[in-house]
Amino acid sequence: MKDFDKTEWALVIAFPVLLALMVLLPRWLVNYVQISMGMGLVALAVMIQMRAGLVSFGQGLYFCVGGYAAGMADKFLGISDIFLILILAVAASLVLSGVLGLLLRRYREIFFAMLTLAVSMILFSLLSSSHGLGSTDGFNLPQASYLGWTPTGETGTAALYVLTALLTLTSAALIHRFLRGPVGKIVEAIRENELRVEYLGTSAHASVHATYMIAAVISSIGGVLWAMSLGHVTPEMANWTTSGQFVFIVILAGTGNVIAPLVGTFVLEVLRVYAVEVSPNTWQMILGIVMLLTIVFLPKGLWSLLERASKRSLPHEHAQEQSQ
Amino acid sequence: MSVILETVGLEKSFDAVVAAHNINIRIHAGEVVGVIGSNGAGKTTFVNMVTGYLTPTAGQILFHREDIAGMPTREITKMGICRSFQIPQLFPELTVLDNVLIALTIARRGKRGWLRPAIDAGLTQDAMDLLARFHIEEHAHKLTTTLAQGVRKLVDIAMATVAQPRLLFLDEPTSGVSAEEKMSFMATLIDALKATDTSVLFIEHDMELIEAFAPRCIAFYEGTILADAPTSQVLENDKVREFVIGAEFHRSADDDAQNDMQKGA
Repeated sequence: MKDFDKTEWALVIAFPVLLALMVLLPRWLVNYVQISMGMGLVALAVMIQMRAGLVSFGQGLYFCVGGYAAGMADKFLGISDIFLILILAVAASLVLSGVLGLLLRRYREIFFAMLTLAVSMILFSLLSSSHGLGSTDGFNLPQASYLGWTPTGETGTAALYVLTALLTLTSAALIHRFLRGPVGKIVEAIRENELRVEYLGTSAHASVHATYMIAAVISSIGGVLWAMSLGHVTPEMANWTTSGQFVFIVILAGTGNVIAPLVGTFVLEVLRVYAVEVSPNTWQMILGIVMLLTIVFLPKGLWSLLERASKRSLPHEHAQEQSQ
Repeated sequence: MSVILETVGLEKSFDAVVAAHNINIRIHAGEVVGVIGSNGAGKTTFVNMVTGYLTPTAGQILFHREDIAGMPTREITKMGICRSFQIPQLFPELTVLDNVLIALTIARRGKRGWLRPAIDAGLTQDAMDLLARFHIEEHAHKLTTTLAQGVRKLVDIAMATVAQPRLLFLDEPTSGVSAEEKMSFMATLIDALKATDTSVLFIEHDMELIEAFAPRCIAFYEGTILADAPTSQVLENDKVREFVIGAEFHRSADDDAQNDMQKGA
């Protein structure tokens, strides 16, 4: 832990804070925190692709793969152990993203966005017309068990909350390491000038493929955690509106730090609750206005407010380091 | 000196347009070679073929006797052939230091795990040393978009050298550099490269720079090699004078000689 940077320490400190919130906050808000962590992982997946200049409008695909892996593991294999479910979900997302990545890594900008959306909508259509999987209604998930222990009621809810917090923070820390590592830096360079990256002696396609697969894996983990929290899955998880929501979160939060999409997801969830309360019939309009204001006044998202504040309070030469 | 690069009967056509025809060139270890030719003569096409950006229609490109024709750019870079660009290919939203750090990260990526920070104090020091070798360390923390063209060129070339190439192509390194600064710019550049014992092949339109820095010169014309010899011989070649250099260089050279005679008188 001696080489931890500020972000990693923040993620370590976040764990006891999240545990304290579970005790201190009202039940409905704790639910939102838990759901936000699952969805936040998918937003994080969108964010790391944005670092490469790629906007995925189909990240719901792997969110759905995770959710349905959890449901189908119980439905067809009788598995309710969350660790086994996570392994199955990760394996499924690795295989699918490994194959799809061979095609998608060749495309950039709008072509990448539209292809990811198209692939996600194929899964949405398949699931919507699959009667064995509950069609558009989806189906229910079992209570999670943990290596033979199956807690129920409040204990079960608390156990899943703790595991969700642990996995979310660990995933965020690993993604942070990845972004600071060699491939993370190459991914950043691809966004800037792909030709130069190739002339420096590395494959841009391979780096994009690796990033796409990593994004798929954390999205599927997010899908498992989210679905187990709600106890239900539907094809909506793969719908383009769900994927668009993850893009919305990243635009709102910014790509400056792995913590941003996690916090951004929670902010969006709370915003949605209040928007519905204030204007039940036109709450989407409120979200749209927030989106417009963010793009106009904070093009780098809410996280840029923190960056600005830290740059003002630090000497110039340390400001860049601080923003990492 | 041993031959490091040899092209044999190299051809490149774009449908009916022949961009390169029967290009036979040998580059020796440690050599500095100037390449001249008017626009469209085939100079950059030749560089693009050797560096893997274009696949030759026919012929061989032997680097250390291994045929590299058609290999991907990145593999050719790893083998030791690098290039700079006529229009500097930088990472525009990053600082000069970050540009070089990314280049160093890619060159040394095999030595680090995926989850270990790519950039540390040692790598940053190496990047600063490289910038100092090209006399641009004072620009380290500036965005590349804010730099003068000459500095951008030097950053581009510095990045091309991080993989420690055996052969370096410089595509018009002084284009965009003011006339007064060209000579000192090239001197800085050649000095920095001499320390690496890299063979250098540079494309240039300024004949004074070719005379000053390239002991050997290759003249291209309409996709073929018009002359390949010591620079003084190439610049005196009648065909090169007629098709490549034009009258301007000789007139100015003759004027200089006349002025010298008058001063002497």
